[in-house]
Amino acid sequence: MEYMTVLKELSELTGVSGREYGISSYIANIFREYCDKVEIDKFYNVSGYKKGSDMAGKKIMIMAHHDEIGLLVKSIDEKGFIKFTNIGGIDSKILLAQEVVVHGSKDVYGVIGAKPPHLLKPEEAKKAVKMEDLYIDTGLSNESISKLVSIGDVITFKTYPFELRRDKLSSKCLDNRAGVAVLLDIMKRLSKLNHNHDVVFVATSQEELGLSGAKIAAYNINPDMAIVIDACHGEIPDGAKDETYALGNGPAIAIGPNLHRLYTKKIMDVAKEENIAYQVDVEPGNTGTEAWATQVSRSGIPTILISIPLKYMHTTIETVQISDIKSTGKLVSRFVSEL
Amino acid sequence: MYIKELTELNGVSGNEDEVREYIKKCIKELVDEISIDSMGNLIAFKKGKNSKYKVMLSAHMDEVGFMVTGFGESGVVKFATVGGIDERILPGKRVLVGEKNIPGVIGSKPVHMQEREERNVNIKLKKMYIDIGTDKREETEKLVSLGDYVAFYSPYTQFGEGLVKAKALDDRVGCAILIEALKERYEFDLYACFTVQEEVGLRGSEIAAYTVNPDIALVVEGTTCSDVPGVEKSEYSTVLGDGAALTIMDRTSYPSKNFVNYIFELAQKSKLSIQFKQTNSGGNDAGKIQMSRGGVVTASISVPCRYIHSPVSVMSEKDFNSCRDIVIAVLKDLGKNQQLIENMKRI
Amino acid sequence: MFDLIKRLTDSFGVSGNEEGIRETIINEIKNDIQEISVDTLGNLIAIKPGKGKKIMVAAHMDEIGVMATYIDEKGFIRFANIGGVSSFVSVGQKVRFKNGTIGAVFYEDKLEDMKNLKLSKMYIDIGAKDKNEAEKSVRIGDVACFMGDAVRQSDMVFSKAIDDRSGCAVLIKAIKELPQTDNEIYFVFTVQEELGLRGAKTAAYQLKPDMAIAVDVTATGDTPEAQLMEVKCGYGPAIKIKDRSIICHPEVKKLLEQSANNINIPYQYEVLEFGGSDPGAIHISAGGVPSGAISIPCRYVHSPVEAASLEDMENAVKLLVEAIK
Repeated sequence: MEYMTVLKELSELTGVSGREYGISSYIANIFREYCDKVEIDKFYNVSGYKKGSDMAGKKIMIMAHHDEIGLLVKSIDEKGFIKFTNIGGIDSKILLAQEVVVHGSKDVYGVIGAKPPHLLKPEEAKKAVKMEDLYIDTGLSNESISKLVSIGDVITFKTYPFELRRDKLSSKCLDNRAGVAVLLDIMKRLSKLNHNHDVVFVATSQEELGLSGAKIAAYNINPDMAIVIDACHGEIPDGAKDETYALGNGPAIAIGPNLHRLYTKKIMDVAKEENIAYQVDVEPGNTGTEAWATQVSRSGIPTILISIPLKYMHTTIETVQISDIKSTGKLVSRFVSEL
Repeated sequence: MYIKELTELNGVSGNEDEVREYIKKCIKELVDEISIDSMGNLIAFKKGKNSKYKVMLSAHMDEVGFMVTGFGESGVVKFATVGGIDERILPGKRVLVGEKNIPGVIGSKPVHMQEREERNVNIKLKKMYIDIGTDKREETEKLVSLGDYVAFYSPYTQFGEGLVKAKALDDRVGCAILIEALKERYEFDLYACFTVQEEVGLRGSEIAAYTVNPDIALVVEGTTCSDVPGVEKSEYSTVLGDGAALTIMDRTSYPSKNFVNYIFELAQKSKLSIQFKQTNSGGNDAGKIQMSRGGVVTASISVPCRYIHSPVSVMSEKDFNSCRDIVIAVLKDLGKNQQLIENMKRI
Repeated sequence: MFDLIKRLTDSFGVSGNEEGIRETIINEIKNDIQEISVDTLGNLIAIKPGKGKKIMVAAHMDEIGVMATYIDEKGFIRFANIGGVSSFVSVGQKVRFKNGTIGAVFYEDKLEDMKNLKLSKMYIDIGAKDKNEAEKSVRIGDVACFMGDAVRQSDMVFSKAIDDRSGCAVLIKAIKELPQTDNEIYFVFTVQEELGLRGAKTAAYQLKPDMAIAVDVTATGDTPEAQLMEVKCGYGPAIKIKDRSIICHPEVKKLLEQSANNINIPYQYEVLEFGGSDPGAIHISAGGVPSGAISIPCRYVHSPVEAASLEDMENAVKLLVEAIK
């Protein structure tokens, strides 16, 4: 599988949290190639089932969210400029001069504008820009845009996948389409490896909205253990060393109260045996990932968290290294096969 | 009283094994069945003479503490807090690092070396470190791993007039009371839940309550006590020595008023000292238990602890005793009048 | 509609103490629906049986208020908030305890800067001579609601607790006007919404409906120098797009849009950037319940002078009935 291409395609799909109908059917189609059975639930969680070789086997859930952060139309002014709010955590400072697509009854392209710098008072210029002072300019009059766009429509960043040196890809929403790519890699590998237990792959919705998709999927699937695949912060020059993970050094395995200790240790052992490089992600409390919701579903689900290092999270230039996706896939599939 | 043994064990959230093992040993002769779930909750089942109702007692085993997040070139250990800890209290404290309980101290720059501006601000957690005495990073890494748990070091000490100082009184007092309560047999089925990860978001109780699916639940806790200089009387949460504290409402739950009033009246009738917790701050496992499945009748009763979440928490033995006696009195009385449980469920 | 609103807003129902309002609602509906029950947390559940879709309709019956936490030697009462109570809005208000005791809310004289006004610097005066006398009427833990009688002026009603007695009124009217339908409908008057959507969570778990629609109030953007928000009083009920607790399910949003178009009533879209509501708890309950909401535009939410349009409420009833039938 050419992951550079797969990941580019995945990042071009639109799936803002709460509005994942489009992307869920696309992902269901890819899952069908490798799974025995594929379902989409009412909340657009996509589950792919792969039977294990042991009839009395247990159920392992492997989960990665497919939704993305975005914006939402709040108001349209008399000149046709769109005021917006955010869905998921977005730093207003990165929004200036971005290109976007407004998903109305038709897709409408726009750019994000603000008061020009030379008109700012000196004290205004010092402060970070606020979302309420930004707008989307679609070049359309109020009359024209009102026919295409209404309050509540979602907005995504325009996608410009950039291949960087050393096997790196920069694009929108690689958090967590990179995780979805890992799901595909695991499916492919497990087709050739024996696994005793049934495996359910779930591409979840609404992660960026309080982990809703994971709460619903974990409750309904009710697995015996869960593996969550998500993104973690990649190492950058001005980031704290103990909160970031170098790209290219393999996945980060999380350790802390949110995660099941024995399975976490086991996957680290598998990594050592198989010579797969990994990093340790120390999480003293809430991991802020779907593992947090999954662990306490019903009577509790032993959960582990494997993260792909990703730079510039929640921006339009999220960056990952392809080798990390492959090594994550390899590690998790070996782990599942050894259980 | 179990408190000395319980508080001197380490059980930072997510790493409750030592505490669980000890409790298991204490109760195995007292109960009919012990189970441990995927997060590490210990659920002890004691069959009743009449199994119409399920009563859940809950106390959390975990305590606040730290985890190792990195190393400095000079061999120091960088750390993050687990649970709510006031950073200002940390410099100059003693800790035990990792499974081997390696002694360490939380270091900071001595006052002589501080610039004028530094003196006037609190030291940030990011600037703090644990010194275990090693000189080089490599040396430390042989002894300590990323993710190792770190606990306060603070031996159990009796002092004052019937007071006790220890770490982790929150909530080893509850654990001790549950053990005592298991020594009796009751009419209904009793589930004593020793839960994990309360300090990182009431995590263990959430799934324990789901599993047990009780009719009624009583949470036994260590709670704040702010009857100290500099605090207005109107802001006292509880008063040390005034007896067990009954929660009216906090940030996480609004306990069943019928259950709370019943406990209060029973305590007064039995001449056991009891007070209401006066502020609505804080929260505990009751929040998750009350909201479990279709809702559970819940109350929480606590031993007041000054300087909670620090290595020098303080309680009064008198308060502990009244809390223990009230919990047992409630269980016995509910057993005799099981209709009460039905009435409380019907609001 | 106004008389119903008046009866409902007059009833006592501070979060966790919904006994009074629950009684009032039972009296309003007991002749119109047979199956009425109260669950462990105090949710009032009225069921219209059927073999079709299971639909939960929710409105919370609790209101914000205060709780006595300490009584000083002179008989003044310190208090804490129940739900989102603003210190500024509370100054100079009257509160009523469940037993009828009335108190005035004021702040410490020494306060130099009103910016620092916090509830901990405020107290309730019930006119008692000393602690002993005060304790005859008020005990620590007792709760009180703000006073603010319902007043009608043209189409607008001003009152305390329009949040969410207006929603309760919409449900009551819908129960009375519900035409023949196969659907099984659960009308749930929830508790403890103001404390974090608690009643709705456990109710949804018990009922496990196929879909849920909540009726609650929403803030508006139609007052002087308001935050930007495209919702106005008197322009019809709002179909909720999002708040901080949920993005409403697209199918429920569509159903509400189509229903409003079918019966030709005005409606608006609600994009609320703060606050949460019952559907936030319902949609993630028991394996997921597609949820949405009809919102009554309401000015000055969480004050004794909450203001909303009676016509918006009437239209909300029509919209709800059309959607669930």
